[in-house]
Amino acid sequence: MTVIKQPAKGVIDPGSVDRPNSYIGRSIPRPNAKKLVEGRGQFVDDIVLPRMVHVAFVRSQHAHATIKGFDAAAAQKMPGVLRVFTGADLAPHCDPWVAVLAHLKGMKSAPQYPLPLERSTWMGEAMAAVVAETRAQAEDAAELVGVMHEPLTAVADMETALDPDTPVIHGDLGDNLVFQRVNESGNIADAFRSAHRIVEATFHTGRHTGVTLEPRSILAEFNKGDGTLTVHHATQAPHMMQEVFAQHLKLPLSAVRVICRDIGGSYGIKVHVYPDEMAVATIAKLMGRPVKFIADRLESFASDIHARDHRIKGRMAIDADGHITAFDIDDLTGIGPYSVYPRTSAVEGNQVVNLIGGPYDFVNYRAKTTVVLQNKTPTCQYRAVGHPIATTVTEGLVDLGAEAMGLDPIAFRLKNLMRDGTYPRTSPAGMRFEGLSHIQSLGKLVEMIDYPALRSEQEQLRASGIHRGIGFASFIELTNPSPFMYGIGGARIAAQDGCTVRIDPDGSVVAATGVTEQGQGTEAIIRQIVAEAVGVPIDTVRVITGDTLTTPYGGGTWACRGAGIGGEAALQAGLATKEAALKVAGSMLQAAPESLDLVLGQIVDKATGAVRLALAELGRIVYFRGDTLPSDLPRELMQTRHFITKQFPFAFTNGVQASHLEVDVETGVVKLIKHWCVEDCGRIINPMLVDEQVRGGIVQGIGGALYEHCTYTPEGQLTVGSMADYLVPMAAEMPDIEVGHVETPTAESLLGAKGAGEAGTAGAPAAIMNAINDALSPFRAKVFAQPFTPERILAALGKVPARER
Amino acid sequence: MSTEVKVTLTVNGERVSRRVEARRHLVDFLRLDLGLLGTHAGCEHGSCGACTVRIDGAIARGCLVLAASLDGAKVETIEGLSDTNEIRDLQEAFIARNACQCGYCTPGMLMTSAELLREAAVTRVAPSREAIREHISGNYCRCTGYQAIVDAVETVAKARAGQA
Repeated sequence: MTVIKQPAKGVIDPGSVDRPNSYIGRSIPRPNAKKLVEGRGQFVDDIVLPRMVHVAFVRSQHAHATIKGFDAAAAQKMPGVLRVFTGADLAPHCDPWVAVLAHLKGMKSAPQYPLPLERSTWMGEAMAAVVAETRAQAEDAAELVGVMHEPLTAVADMETALDPDTPVIHGDLGDNLVFQRVNESGNIADAFRSAHRIVEATFHTGRHTGVTLEPRSILAEFNKGDGTLTVHHATQAPHMMQEVFAQHLKLPLSAVRVICRDIGGSYGIKVHVYPDEMAVATIAKLMGRPVKFIADRLESFASDIHARDHRIKGRMAIDADGHITAFDIDDLTGIGPYSVYPRTSAVEGNQVVNLIGGPYDFVNYRAKTTVVLQNKTPTCQYRAVGHPIATTVTEGLVDLGAEAMGLDPIAFRLKNLMRDGTYPRTSPAGMRFEGLSHIQSLGKLVEMIDYPALRSEQEQLRASGIHRGIGFASFIELTNPSPFMYGIGGARIAAQDGCTVRIDPDGSVVAATGVTEQGQGTEAIIRQIVAEAVGVPIDTVRVITGDTLTTPYGGGTWACRGAGIGGEAALQAGLATKEAALKVAGSMLQAAPESLDLVLGQIVDKATGAVRLALAELGRIVYFRGDTLPSDLPRELMQTRHFITKQFPFAFTNGVQASHLEVDVETGVVKLIKHWCVEDCGRIINPMLVDEQVRGGIVQGIGGALYEHCTYTPEGQLTVGSMADYLVPMAAEMPDIEVGHVETPTAESLLGAKGAGEAGTAGAPAAIMNAINDALSPFRAKVFAQPFTPERILAALGKVPARER
Repeated sequence: MSTEVKVTLTVNGERVSRRVEARRHLVDFLRLDLGLLGTHAGCEHGSCGACTVRIDGAIARGCLVLAASLDGAKVETIEGLSDTNEIRDLQEAFIARNACQCGYCTPGMLMTSAELLREAAVTRVAPSREAIREHISGNYCRCTGYQAIVDAVETVAKARAGQA
């Protein structure tokens, strides 16, 4: 039996206003914000190196075509052009990869090269690289590279990808099936046979993409003298990329250094291996010169990973008491022509079948995912991987269930959510929950929104032809991943993380961590934790992230692991450093180390708080006058600690969102009025940063729900090429968002923190969908296909004909 | 494509003369020719607002203006506004409210917000939240969801109105 333990008072003291050195739990601004608001950050494209050259790629105009050859003669003659590389040029120098994970049984994918050898398999795939002295020169020349292309039939529709008369994209694989899994427990047949009510719907979550404002960026430099490859890279996982570059470019791990300075947004887009970036690193090794590639926006739409292209058929059974008894799910997703390395493109579907029904107390479960190949941009993990899909299906069915039972959606949820205080427990999908707070969170949300007032306003406005809706979505979120996510499948992606804390001679502190910063506030929270753990003023702590040469080996930032995993390593390293300092202080002061404390950079008597010695003086003695200390006294003012979760494969969080919106039933336009979220990420290190993660995540979820869609022709031609075609949420359309919290710390760590970065995205689309359908309820109209565009809403209302998706 | 044009203009108060390719956009001119890296290119289609700078006192998209057209113009970038402390209160509000996450959109967002605040200084009316949202609706931010930015701009607008 796991007990949720509160951290012992005096070790850390979250949010305490009584203790001057208490930083955990406080809304302290980020240390790296000032340089960013002054435009003095350093993004990859800001770095200029001597003899640096630029790459522009020749990209496929066809979704599927045989490459018969290239004519680069004209391009070679262009001003500034140095080299033109094709797949055949790079293949001997960069080993191909096959993106499968051993624990995803039966999964298959084809070998992928930096540039393809025989066929291009999606529109936008890089086929040749032109290297020139400037990017403009490289682009000019790339236009002149002739490609002898023989178009092949494209596999565009995932619904027919497995049909016998559909071409097989990679003949060696035998078919277009990447992965299939059925997650089943209980007795589905009996549950549906004996059901009082059965509700069902087919959901579509539109293919969309991350649109990081800083595009994918890489600057690779190979020193032929010492054989080292240094890569300035906009990546979330520098150590993972170090492994990949070393392995595939056939270099020792120690010869590769990956550096991440400022990164302009990531959201999962920048945690994958992109073939064009592998080409850049390979070219850098071949040419021995720094090679830069910054994707332009068109390249981003066509070659950044896409995500969430799913069709889900769902059924839910309810007994006569109004209890959910079963979910039955059939998920289909098209992932493009290759599974993406090294995390694979089967994880999203796998998450869907692990997460559906997650918040609810029921017994019988069957969820099947089928992952197929198609000739579109590859898909992979993007913020809240699989969660928005699973939550949309679950919460859509739950609202249908409430309607079928004649119950209010809140009442139906309260009847069916897992009770607080019944943990630890395992869900029918096999997920293990340490401690969740669905009921308390929903209760708090209902208070925040003033539910009765909203319903009565809705009623009144309907009489005057104004149609407002209120929609809810309870959700769970997977955070703090253990090796069960990737490591057990054979991927060299660290689940553990580390932090090194060092006291310098002036009493200031440097903390180097393996978790990384892309704007979330990683450096801010590590600074808060270390300052409190060591016992120094926060302004004297400097945090180092994003450098494989100078930080402990770690996993980086993904799956909401920065605070929970990186934060605990920082806490333990900070506490160990403090202990080491007190050992020295004890010797200097002729006092027992246990009788001393370190507060705001001063060694104090623990009992009285009397200041005995400045940490700066201790630093001076240790580093410059070590001769005055006893010869056998350890003076290790630098300590490293690592942390990995051991008891649970993941630390699940939970929460609930509500959306209040208005649907114009004449135009189909949705106007968002307000959005609320109550979430439980365990111990909160910085409330402001958590709230802003939740808000940003919600808006990203709203984007997928209402606007964002990577559309294709039936021939596999991508029809969104700019931000005028692909709509993202802008300020004028977004609502204010109110965020509330419940705190159920994890007992796996002293810190007790779980992740918070993806909760917003996980729940928002479902809340929006349910609110739209609530608004449309007088018309008995419903929408289930994202994005919920005006056209689709009008089609649901029968005012315009429904189009094929 | 190699036609070059000589331009002399004032950037952040300093006179600069360069020969530029006729096709060189202002954002590339700032970044590549002058090393002013605070102005970011986001979409190069005028959609995202990351490259917003001031030309002769009015905000403009750095990706839609050719440097060759700016002979005699006065250009201000985020570096210039930072050095003169013109928007120090706005920058501090962005920091305090966490209105800047990854920081890539931030220079453009600050440029656009500063324009609204200058207009408000003339009319002596602090803009509503809706007006702030409308004014920055051409600047894309993927991180924040905009609310923190609206809060920061609103705080400064109210503070400045109070001082007026």
